[in-house]
Amino acid sequence: MGNKFMRNVYMVPYMVWVLLFVIAPILLVLYYSFFDIHGNFSFINYERFFTPVYLKLTLSSFWYAFLITFISLLVAYPTAYLLTKTKHKRLWLLLIIVPSWVNLLLKAYAFIGIFGAYGAANNFLEWIGIGSRQLLFTDFSFVFVTVYIFIPFMILPIFNALNSLNPALLDAANDLGASKSTTFRRVIFPLTLDGVKTGCQVVFIPALSLFMITRLIAGNRVITLGTAIEQHFLVTQDWGMGSTIAVFLILIMFLIIWLTGFRKRGA
Amino acid sequence: MQGKASPAAKIFLMTIIFILYAPIFYLVFYSFNSGGSMSGFEGFTLDWYRELLGDTRLLIIVLNTLVIALLSALFATMIGTFGAIGIHALKRSKNSILGLNSVLIVSPDVIIGASFLILFTIAGIRLGFYSVLLSHIAFSIPIVVLMVLPKLAEMNPSLIDAAKDLGASRWHVFTKVIFPYITPGIFAGFFMALTYSLDDFAVTFFVTGNGFSTLSVEIYSMARQGISLHINALSTILFLFTILLVGIYYVISQRSGLKLGGFRR
Repeated sequence: MGNKFMRNVYMVPYMVWVLLFVIAPILLVLYYSFFDIHGNFSFINYERFFTPVYLKLTLSSFWYAFLITFISLLVAYPTAYLLTKTKHKRLWLLLIIVPSWVNLLLKAYAFIGIFGAYGAANNFLEWIGIGSRQLLFTDFSFVFVTVYIFIPFMILPIFNALNSLNPALLDAANDLGASKSTTFRRVIFPLTLDGVKTGCQVVFIPALSLFMITRLIAGNRVITLGTAIEQHFLVTQDWGMGSTIAVFLILIMFLIIWLTGFRKRGA
Repeated sequence: MQGKASPAAKIFLMTIIFILYAPIFYLVFYSFNSGGSMSGFEGFTLDWYRELLGDTRLLIIVLNTLVIALLSALFATMIGTFGAIGIHALKRSKNSILGLNSVLIVSPDVIIGASFLILFTIAGIRLGFYSVLLSHIAFSIPIVVLMVLPKLAEMNPSLIDAAKDLGASRWHVFTKVIFPYITPGIFAGFFMALTYSLDDFAVTFFVTGNGFSTLSVEIYSMARQGISLHINALSTILFLFTILLVGIYYVISQRSGLKLGGFRR
C-alpha cells in the first residue's frame, strides 16, 4: 500500500497535467461549440458549418493541404533516397534539418522580400524573359512557401525508413533478376511506406491549420481551417463558431492519424 | 543502403540545400543594406543592428522569451521525468496514458492555442506572463516524457532489484540508480522543451495578452506591417544563435546516443 501510494505521489503533477491540459481543453472546445455568439445554447454553429461557405472553405483547405503534402513528398522522397547514398549521410541530413530550426515566421518573412514586386524572384523572371508578375498574395506563393517550410519534416522520416532498410534485400532482388524500377516498386517503396505515412501526417495536419503563413504570404486569398479558427477566436470573437471548426479539425486529425497509423513524430 | 552518389544526384542534393538556405541568406544579406528594402542593395551599413540593439523594448521581449523558455523547460522536465517514471511502472493503463500523452504533440497549434485560451478565460487566469508560461510547460511535457521513456525501457530491471537487495531505500534507488541512468534522456528532453518554447508562435499568440509578448509574436506583428530591415538584422542574430544550439544539440545527441529528430512545430 505504501509503495503504491509513493508511486502515485510523484505522478500527481503529471496526472494533473493530463486532466487540465489534455482532457479539459478538448471538452471545453466541444462545450463551446454548442453556444452561439450571444452565449445561448444552440446547434446554430453546426448548421452554419454545413452551409456552402464553410463547406467550400473546408474543401479548399483540404485541397491545399493535399497539394502541399503531395509536392513535399515528390521532392522529399528522391532527396531522402539520395541522402542515404552519400558518404557522410548524417552530416548531409543535419544540413537539411538546420533550416527547419530557423523560426518559421522569419522564413515566411524572407519570402515577402523574395516574392515582392522588386524581389529576387521577379528579377529572375525578368532576366529569363518572362517579365515580372504578381507573386505575393497568390495561391502559388502560399503553396511554395508552405512546401519550402515542410520539406525537412517530410525528408526526415523517409530518410530514417530508407536508412534502416536491409541492403541484403536489395541484393536479393537484384540476384533474382528484378530491374531497378521493379526493385523500387516492389521492395524499397513498400518497406519505406511507414516513413512516407509519418511524413504525410506531419505535413498534412499543420498544412490544414497554420494560419500565419496564409496571413503573411497569401493575404486573404487563401483561408485554411486554421485561419478560420484564428479569425473567429481573435478577430470576430465568435468563440462558438471557432470551436465548431476546431471540433471538425480535431476529428479530421484523429482520422488522419488513424489512416496513417500512429507513430510519434520523428520516429 | 550504402552506395555511390552519381554527379546528377549530387547536383540534385546541392540544389535542394541551396533552396533551403537561400531565403535565410537572402535575409542576412539585406540586413546590411542601407537602402531600407529587400531589393536593390545600396550600400553596406550596420545601422539596423545598432538600432536593434538600442531598442530596449525589444531587449525586454528577448529577455521575456528566454525566461519563459528556461522556466517552462525546467518545469516540464521535472513533471515529465516523474511522469515517465510513473508511466514506465504502469502495466494495464500504459497505452491509454501514452495515447493521452501524445495528444498535444500531434494537435495543431491553433487547436492548442484556442483551447488553452478558453481554459484560461474560464479559470480566470489573466492573459500574460503566467498564461504563456503555463501553456509552454503544458505543450513541452509530452516531449520530455517521450525522450525519457526509451532510456527507462533500456534500463535493466535487475539493476533496481540488485540495489534493493543490497539494502538501498526507494530514495537511494532513485537518486543513485535510476536518475544517473536516464540523465541523457532528461537532458535531451530539457533541450527539446527549450527549443519548442523558443520556437513557438501560434500557441503564444492565442494566450498572450496585450502587455506581454515573446519574440515570435513580435516578429509576426512586425512582419505583418511589411518589410523592415530590423527583422533582417534580428534574423541574422537568431540564425547564428540557432547554429550554436544545433551544435550543442548535436553533441548531446551524439553522447546520449538518442536518435533525435530535428522536429519543431
